[in-house]
Amino acid sequence: MKWSERIGQSLNVVTLGLLAVVMFFPLYYVFVVSFTDPGEYLQKKIVLFPERWSVEAYTYLLSTPAFARSLGNSAFLATVGTACSLAVSSSLAYALSQKQFHFRKILMFLIVLTILFSPGIIPNYLLVRELGLINNIWALILPALANGWTVLLMKNFFDSLPAEISEAASIDGCSAIRTWYTIVLPLSMPALAAFGLFFAVGYWNQFFAALLYLNDSAKWPIQVLLQNMLLNASNIDLVAPGQQVETPPTEMLKMAAIIVAILPVLVVYPFIQKHFAKGALIGSVKG
Amino acid sequence: MSTVKGKQTSTKKKGLNLLSALRRDRSLYVLALPGILFFLIFKYIPMWGIIIAFQDYSPFRGIQGSEWVGLQHFTALFDNPDFALLFRNTLAISLLNLILFFPFPILISLGLNELRSVAYKRLIQTIIYMPHFLSWVIIAGLTLLLFAKGTGLINELFALWGWPRVDILTNPDSFWIMVTLQAMWKEAGWGTIVFLAAMASVDTQLYEAARMDGAGRLRQIWHITLPAIRSVIIVLLILRLGDIMEVGFEQIFLMYNGAVSEVAEVFDTYVYRTGIEQGDFSYSTAVGLFKSVIGLVLVVVANRVVKRLGQEGVY
Repeated sequence: MKWSERIGQSLNVVTLGLLAVVMFFPLYYVFVVSFTDPGEYLQKKIVLFPERWSVEAYTYLLSTPAFARSLGNSAFLATVGTACSLAVSSSLAYALSQKQFHFRKILMFLIVLTILFSPGIIPNYLLVRELGLINNIWALILPALANGWTVLLMKNFFDSLPAEISEAASIDGCSAIRTWYTIVLPLSMPALAAFGLFFAVGYWNQFFAALLYLNDSAKWPIQVLLQNMLLNASNIDLVAPGQQVETPPTEMLKMAAIIVAILPVLVVYPFIQKHFAKGALIGSVKG
Repeated sequence: MSTVKGKQTSTKKKGLNLLSALRRDRSLYVLALPGILFFLIFKYIPMWGIIIAFQDYSPFRGIQGSEWVGLQHFTALFDNPDFALLFRNTLAISLLNLILFFPFPILISLGLNELRSVAYKRLIQTIIYMPHFLSWVIIAGLTLLLFAKGTGLINELFALWGWPRVDILTNPDSFWIMVTLQAMWKEAGWGTIVFLAAMASVDTQLYEAARMDGAGRLRQIWHITLPAIRSVIIVLLILRLGDIMEVGFEQIFLMYNGAVSEVAEVFDTYVYRTGIEQGDFSYSTAVGLFKSVIGLVLVVVANRVVKRLGQEGVY
C-alpha cells in the first residue's frame, strides 16, 4: 500500500473515532456525574471519573412520588400505545395489500394526502378537546395510533410476502382476520419489531402532545416532568413538603433523571439494533 | 370464485358484483375498519376543522355557529410585522440545515464505507445511531448541562483555565448555529443508514477493476461510490428542499427563551403561542394553514422534480 493511502486510512479511522467520541461524550459525562458522590461533585464541579461512586441522586430521585409516577405513566404509554398502534396499522396495511380489497386506490390516496398536508396544531387540539380527552392519557395514544408513513411502509412490506400464503389460507377457509393474525403477523416478526421499536420510542419520547393535552401533573409522562426539571429549573413536586433529607446538587439530580429516562431505550437498543437498519429501509429508497 | 370484471359489465351488474365482493371479503373490510376510522377521525376531521381559519371561532358557539370573516386572519398575518421575522427565522434555520447538516451523513458514510475493520465500523455505527432515539427534551437538557453559562461543563472548564464564561444559549447570534449543530448531533448518524445501504449494493468487482487500472482510494470514491449513491442524494436533497417550511418544532420550542425570541420564533412556535397560550384559535389556525399550504406545494413540486429526473418519488 502506498504511504498516502496509509495516511488517508489512518486519518479516516481517527476522524470517525473522534466523531463517535463527540456523540458519546455527553452521555458518558451525564452518566458519570449522576453516579458521583454529591460532596465530590460540589467540590470539583467537573468530574470525568469519580473517586467516590454513589447512588444517592438515584435513591433521592426515585423516592419522589412525582418521578416514579411519571415513569409509570410513560411505561403505560409505551406498552399499551405500541400494542394498539401495531394492531391498527398492521391490520389496515395488510387489508390494503390484498388485491381483492375494493377502494384500496382511493384509500391509499387519502392516506398519502395525510402525509403531505397537515391541518396544523390547532384543529387537532380542538378535536381532542371536543372528544373530551383533555387530561386523559388516551389523548396521547389515540391521535398517535397510526400515521401514513408507517401504513405505507407496512403495506409495502406485506406486498413483498408471497401472495400464495394468503391465497392458500383463504382456500382452506381462513378469514382475512385469521390469516392476518395467525399467519402473516408471525411471518413479519422482524418488521414488526422494527416498527414496534419506532412506535415505542415515539410514545416514550412524546412530549408535545402531553404538554398540550395534560394539565394534571399526576398524569404527566416522564418527558414533561423532565422538561420542568431540566429546562424550567423548577423542583416542584420533587421535594415533598417537610421532607428533611439532604438534597444532592440539582445538576446531579438532573443528570440522574436523564439517565433514568433513557435507560429503557438503552436496554432495548442492543436487542433490536439488528432489526432497525432493515426496518428503517423497508419500502424506502432502494439502493 | 371470480374476480370482478368491471369494464365490460353494466353499472348495475358492477354494483351487484361489488356488493357480493364486499360480502365475500367482509372479514377483510372488518380488518381495515379500525385503521380507516382512525384516519377519518384523527386526520380528516381536523382537516375539516381548518374552516375556523375563515371564521371568528368561538368555542361556545362551535364551528356551525361561528361567524364567517373571509380572509381577515390571513391579511392580519401578512400585515403583522412578526410575519417577516417568522419567515426569516424559518428559512434561515432550514437553509443552515441544508448547507451544514445535509452533506454531513454523506461524508460520514463515505468514511464508514472505507473502514477495513468490521468491528470498528459496528462500534462507530452503534454509537452514532444512538442519539436518534433520545427525545428533544433530553437533548435540550444535555445541551443545557454542557453549555449553560453558570454551571455548564464547558463554562466550568473555561473558568478552570481562567477564561471568561461564554453565553451560548441565550445569545441571539449563536442560536441558529446552535440548533443546527444540535440537530446534526442527534440525526447525522441515523442519516447514514440509507447511504450505507446504497453503498453496500455496489458491485465489488467495480472496485477491483478500478484498482487494476491504478485508481487510488480517492479516485474509487469519486468514480464508483459517489455515483452509486447519487440517486439517493438527489432524492433526499429535493425532498429536503420541499420540506423547507418544516423546522424541528419540539427542538425550537425547547431551546426557545426570551433572550433569543427574535431569532427563534418560527411558524409552529408562533401558532402555539397565539393559539394555545392566548386562545386565538382562528388566527393561529390561519397561520398554520398558510404554512401547511406552502409546505404542500413545495413537497408536491419536489416530488414532481424527483420523478422528472427519472427517480422513484415518495408517492
